[in-house]
Amino acid sequence: MNRPLVACDTPSATIRQRGQHEVFCGLTSIIWLHRKVQDAFFLVVGSRTCAHLIQSAAGVMIFSEPRFATAIMEERDLAGMVDMHDELDREVARLLERRPDIRMLVLVGSCPSEVIKFDLNRAAERLDRKYGSRPRVLCYSGSGIETTFTQGEDNFLAALVRDQSTHGASDKVAKLVVAGSIADVVEDQFARLFDEMDLEDVVFLPGRSSERLPKIGPNTRFILAQPYLGATAAALESLGATRINALFPLGEEGTTAWLKAIADTFGVSPARFATLTEAPRRRAREATAHYRPMLEGKRIFLFPDSQMEPSLAAISAASWMPRSSKSAAPICTANTSPASSPCCRPVSRFRKVRMSKSRSTAVVRPSPISSSAAWVLPIPSRRKEIVTKWSIEFAFTPIQGYEQAGDLAELFARPLTRKAMIAGDRSGSRRVAS
Amino acid sequence: MKLTMWTYEGPPHVGAMRIAASMQGVHYVLHAPQGDTYADLLFTMIERRPSRPPVTYTTFQARDLAGSTADVFKTACRDAITRFQPDALLVGASCTAELLQDDPAGLARTLDVRIPVVPLELPSYQKKEHWGAAETFYRSSGIYRRARTSGAGGPEQLQHPRSFRPRFPQPRRRDGNLPPARRKRHRCPGRGAARGDGRRSRSPAGGCLQYRALSEIGESAARYLKKQFGMPFVSTVPIGVGATRTFLAEVRALAGLSNDEPVGEAEDRATWYARSVDSNYLTNKRVFVFGDATHAIAAARIAARELGFKVCGLGTYMREFAREVREAAEEFGIEALITDDHLDVEQAIIDARPELVLGTQMERHIAKRLRVPCAVISAPVHVQDFPARYSPQMGFEGANVIFDSWSIR
Repeated sequence: MNRPLVACDTPSATIRQRGQHEVFCGLTSIIWLHRKVQDAFFLVVGSRTCAHLIQSAAGVMIFSEPRFATAIMEERDLAGMVDMHDELDREVARLLERRPDIRMLVLVGSCPSEVIKFDLNRAAERLDRKYGSRPRVLCYSGSGIETTFTQGEDNFLAALVRDQSTHGASDKVAKLVVAGSIADVVEDQFARLFDEMDLEDVVFLPGRSSERLPKIGPNTRFILAQPYLGATAAALESLGATRINALFPLGEEGTTAWLKAIADTFGVSPARFATLTEAPRRRAREATAHYRPMLEGKRIFLFPDSQMEPSLAAISAASWMPRSSKSAAPICTANTSPASSPCCRPVSRFRKVRMSKSRSTAVVRPSPISSSAAWVLPIPSRRKEIVTKWSIEFAFTPIQGYEQAGDLAELFARPLTRKAMIAGDRSGSRRVAS
Repeated sequence: MKLTMWTYEGPPHVGAMRIAASMQGVHYVLHAPQGDTYADLLFTMIERRPSRPPVTYTTFQARDLAGSTADVFKTACRDAITRFQPDALLVGASCTAELLQDDPAGLARTLDVRIPVVPLELPSYQKKEHWGAAETFYRSSGIYRRARTSGAGGPEQLQHPRSFRPRFPQPRRRDGNLPPARRKRHRCPGRGAARGDGRRSRSPAGGCLQYRALSEIGESAARYLKKQFGMPFVSTVPIGVGATRTFLAEVRALAGLSNDEPVGEAEDRATWYARSVDSNYLTNKRVFVFGDATHAIAAARIAARELGFKVCGLGTYMREFAREVREAAEEFGIEALITDDHLDVEQAIIDARPELVLGTQMERHIAKRLRVPCAVISAPVHVQDFPARYSPQMGFEGANVIFDSWSIR
């Protein structure tokens, strides 16, 4: 169980294949970003489909005043009967009149705005000038022809970093940037640990408010808390920041490796690090141990969704699924971090979804869990032995850090527990009947 | 450009998808980028269906734009036909693909497939979901035009796109409301219908009739079938006891059956329940109704005439049917609310001070905030509106269900 994370069977060759795939587009990341950055407003410039996507995929009803909306392009915009920039300005003016509390307005590009080459950069600059940076106006692309799911967050964070050159930074200098949207509760835990390590000027990206970031420069180190942040890393590096390479903070081992990489960089003594992390490590191990018997020996197939799959495959194989376990994680893009390279079965890129599906049920034969967003639901109706869960939960549930290690294991174990409970019921009633 | 925080209707290709998913042997190839695949959720997650909708998305990417997205589309069509072996193929484009002007219809013609191909022109930047469904239904009816006539008997045609309504009745159960002589004879394009079923609709004039369940979706197809095949159609929607009786009478008249012996009346418990002394507390209960035109009008009539409520608001998000709803609102001496902005609806609900709201999932949400009870009567709906139990809305049993769900709140 305590095998190092990198150990694995001989990795098979990566399968590279192009074709149809079914994943969310980058717009979907607005669902968690608008909750994270609490004074920002995300305005999608797109079509009715974009609006429908966000309200359906989010599975949530909007509350009285949501912090996202869609400026829906109409026939007259496309036919050139009106100037789209004027139209956008008018809608933004209406929005800001209604919502003076917005401190950062984020214009989000979509497939149609991308295809008609609507220049959102220009629009953002113009609006920013017009309102004197109150609110600040940024833009990024969440378009489905360029981004999948979590890449939307990647583009947003990269835009936030690049924004330093336009809007400047606060007076402070960031020593450490932790990039990647993590739940507030996880952020608090990490911040406490950093305090105990006497690390100062730590910046979490994105922050909870849209205040200006401390200055990022050559004296800044950064570490990724999420695996899908290629563009953000590049943007940080372009400002001179240096990257700390580490595993991702998933499970007890991943979190320790992640924190250790930070501690080493900032000269925290190993003894002090061990003292600080001993108690939470023990808690994480104990919490995970509870689920290990349920998970050991199971095989898992992770469908491509959030690009967290390689890291999740690695952590599940190393931490609670023993050597016999197999995981396969087709991923959709090539920009996941090298540190997250998965340890087990083939990683396939650009894989056709239907073929992935047959592979998941035929080749890999996952005994318990298959994991995907939407269309994995019908699988158990035909293949009763396969247990499925929604991988979107990995994007919405706090799973990073020590205190969440048990929750992460539980996410994998829950569908198995549930299947066992329901099956148990049935055998119980049979006994009564006989 | 229009700022939208919530939309009552999706894009027209989602309507087309709902029609495709309601029929058998039909596959829909949608030229669309990967993000549009979210629509699967509407069926697998919200409706909890055990299968994916019969849709293939081409999922072209930015780099395909430099090459040929047309080839991507053609490959997707061929693959879909090989894999799913459909009896008919629907082809169309989503909003992004529409801008590429790849012309799926023209491309599909060059494919030389042996099955009928129905090209769908759904202007995403002008029209919405219900229109897309109506257009798809109408175009699909055209599949049968070339089919040979089979002269035997006349099945009633029940048009029934699923997915647009909560708790849709099973056609099997609705048989009980039809004249016994015609049981088991009807087919239902739009709900579990296969292309072959439609072929049987081609029969001697006067020998068959059709029923249009939702004017939003069925009107154009019904008119087409009437014009093309001389099939008369019944346009009364059997939601509520009164409407069910009218509907049955119209069916009998068109089928040339006697109207002397009422059918299915034994199932009607709603009428007695509403008359019983225990229902006195329902008298003049203020009710606000909002939804698609068909359901909103039907709900308002039931509320006023069958349950003794006072309709204090009636409206629809479908501007195309504003006239019908305005006329219905006049019956209750109120002015209809025609808007697709949920904030206007919220304000109207606040102003009307209802004791019960009948609406869509958005009105359920508004009502919850205002702490007013609400029943969902119209699309858009959510997962809780697809209950595990048999829970129809149409026919006598549907009226019973409606009595139960509106009166206990």
